[in-house]
Amino acid sequence: MEITIGAVVQGGTSLGYKTGTWRDERPILDMEQCKACGVCVSVCPDSAVHVKGETYIIDYDYCKGCGLCGYECPADAISMVKEEK
Amino acid sequence: MSTQNLSNDQELFVSGHRACHGCGMSLAVRHILKATGKDVIVVTPTGCLETFTSPYGYSPWRVPWIHHLFENGPAIATGVVAALKAQKRESERVVAIGGDGSTFDIGFGSLSGMLERGDDVLYICVDNGAYMNTGGQRSSASPIYSSTTTDPAGKRSLGKLQKKKDLPTIIAAHGVPYVATASVAYLKDLQKKVKKAMGYHGARYIQIDSTCPSVWGFPSDQTLEVARRGVQSGMVPLFEMEDGEVTKVRKIKKKIPVEEYLKTQKRFKHIFSDADGREEIQTIQALADSNIERYGLLKKTAPQDAEVQD
Ligand SMILES: Cc1ncc(C[n+]2csc(CCOP(=O)(O)OP(=O)(O)O)c2C)c(N)n1
Ligand code: SF4
Ligand code: SF4
Ligand code: SF4
Ligand SMILES: [Mg+2]
Repeated sequence: MEITIGAVVQGGTSLGYKTGTWRDERPILDMEQCKACGVCVSVCPDSAVHVKGETYIIDYDYCKGCGLCGYECPADAISMVKEEK
Repeated sequence: MSTQNLSNDQELFVSGHRACHGCGMSLAVRHILKATGKDVIVVTPTGCLETFTSPYGYSPWRVPWIHHLFENGPAIATGVVAALKAQKRESERVVAIGGDGSTFDIGFGSLSGMLERGDDVLYICVDNGAYMNTGGQRSSASPIYSSTTTDPAGKRSLGKLQKKKDLPTIIAAHGVPYVATASVAYLKDLQKKVKKAMGYHGARYIQIDSTCPSVWGFPSDQTLEVARRGVQSGMVPLFEMEDGEVTKVRKIKKKIPVEEYLKTQKRFKHIFSDADGREEIQTIQALADSNIERYGLLKKTAPQDAEVQD
């Protein structure tokens, strides 16, 4: 990698590093049970839950599988399953 | 970037950072930036936050960010404030975010100077109660009887023997306009305090209890649960101080015994296996009770003038 003068790095470039490869458990979000409360979006330390229209989507490119969203979901709409590599 | 074309557009602290699974500190920082908005320059001393956000070429920060030494965060922040002033850049503000090791211990002289001068900096301590980036050595923020790598629990050791330094009080004694404590368990409250602090000028301080699954020793899905129990037991009092007076506290909804907090974490495991453990638990319970009394955390003991917040 080329080092710029002052070693300045552009903001947001960490998106080029996919932390999803760290995951050993995968959160599965069931929209049938979801109450659209937004808790999972708020509590994800990796900004990996997004809202698209009315649907909540987990971004497996970055989700590390910590399980926080599932633990905090008040509707039990997120379950953790073993990751198949 | 993402194969599903999902957007990080709303975020100033984006995906791809390298904090551990379920890291409370990374969650705190994400919400700090939501509250400050984009017109800030962030200053970060050495520690986990610096390390997990600065592999060369991969920055999650969508605001200007500078890393420097472990011990000089506040002095660097002061310098950035001076530079902004010289350039007449009035819309940009400075926020320093440091760990407890740098804030409570090694950068404390620098911090005290910044507070005494009243420099226009919001200093936030993301407190995980030890020097995590180097493996979990004790700091003056580590709680009493926690096992750390420099005072590990063992046959003849109960872990750290001193209680946590009361830094918010020491900071308030400098005569600064705003001091607050927050927790990752209550993210809206955290954001509200950051926004409020940004409304003041001069030196301001917020201390955020930042639960750390990796070193405290709990499963990564329990980050908020452990933080909540800290607050609900009285171990982590949440309050605001304006001009040296406690003006708001977050009430405990349902008080839990400190055991309910301690038993969630491996760093306190020894006090449950040790025969003398009862005594240590009682000591910790007494500390929690004195927090509850001092800040009026239960409804019936609330000081008359303190505003109640849910
Ligand atoms: C003067 C100096 N001493 C020691 C270190 C090594 N060091 C780097 S990070 C760190 C611990 C940081 O602890 P803390 O401030 O609590 O942040 P955390 O990693 O816990 O977030 C230490 C001791 C250093 N970088 N500089
Ligand atoms: S936390 Fe649960 S109920 Fe709330 S939006 Fe997420 S999946 Fe839906
Ligand atoms: S498992 Fe953890 S990283 Fe993945 S979406 Fe849920 S909270 Fe985010
Ligand atoms: S050691 Fe703790 S604070 Fe540091 S990145 Fe890991 S979980 Fe976060
Ligand atoms: Mg620390």
